[in-house]
Amino acid sequence: MQTGQDSPEKVICQVDVQIRNADGLHMRPAMQFVDVASQFDSDISVSNDENTVDGKSIMQMSMLAATYGTKLTIKAEGADAKEATHALQQLVEEKHFDEPTPKKEKPKN
Amino acid sequence: MGFADFVCFEAIVPELKAEDRDGVIAELVTALDKAGRLGKGNCENIIKKMIKREDEASTGMGKGIAVPHVKHNAVKDVVAAIGCSSAGIDFSALDKQLVYLVVLLVSPVDDPDKHLKTMEHVFKHLQQEKFRKFLRQSQTVEQIKVLLLEVDENHQFY
Repeated sequence: MQTGQDSPEKVICQVDVQIRNADGLHMRPAMQFVDVASQFDSDISVSNDENTVDGKSIMQMSMLAATYGTKLTIKAEGADAKEATHALQQLVEEKHFDEPTPKKEKPKN
Repeated sequence: MGFADFVCFEAIVPELKAEDRDGVIAELVTALDKAGRLGKGNCENIIKKMIKREDEASTGMGKGIAVPHVKHNAVKDVVAAIGCSSAGIDFSALDKQLVYLVVLLVSPVDDPDKHLKTMEHVFKHLQQEKFRKFLRQSQTVEQIKVLLLEVDENHQFY
């Protein structure tokens, strides 16, 4: 029995990502994000310029209103933090939630 | 942004008549249609699309709220209806609980950013227990309208 011991590994990983699907982080992608985040034991938080929210809460993720081009910081804390940030970065930037990217490059800003 | 910018006050239903999910969607979309916010002849199609969207993934986010929504050519700007049910509606919500507050949105097809900003606003307030409680306690359109306007004007509301 292990008692009064901290978890063997306390890893903190942080990664910056950019939203690349045209419609941004609307509810369906937000749900995908929460689904992937929830597969990990680590605590996961997501920040934009203004807020930091729980990456496993669909309601809080919807509050980020991350439009196309928005930069987010994903932070994971726990034994599987590295795997978690990697999986989430892939979902956002490589799979872009299986959604289309804008036809025209740089439509704004 | 404030609730007054997208909530159609004529489409506030303090006590929904419908008792199931599809009925609630139809009731609220019809309210928007009667208020003249959906153009001509789009009502049925919007109801159909919204139910289809809801079938794909429930917008019942937990805490007794649901936010059914759809993008449609019928609107040029986001417009929302609000409905309350004291009996509760089965929306197949994520937390498996009944839904008592429904904020239904119709968004234009070509403005994803506006849609996201509106959703952010809706969730920011629905997250607040005090806001949900007040909304559920409201019994008239006027009470809900006053609540929304008060929240819009008073940033220290919570």
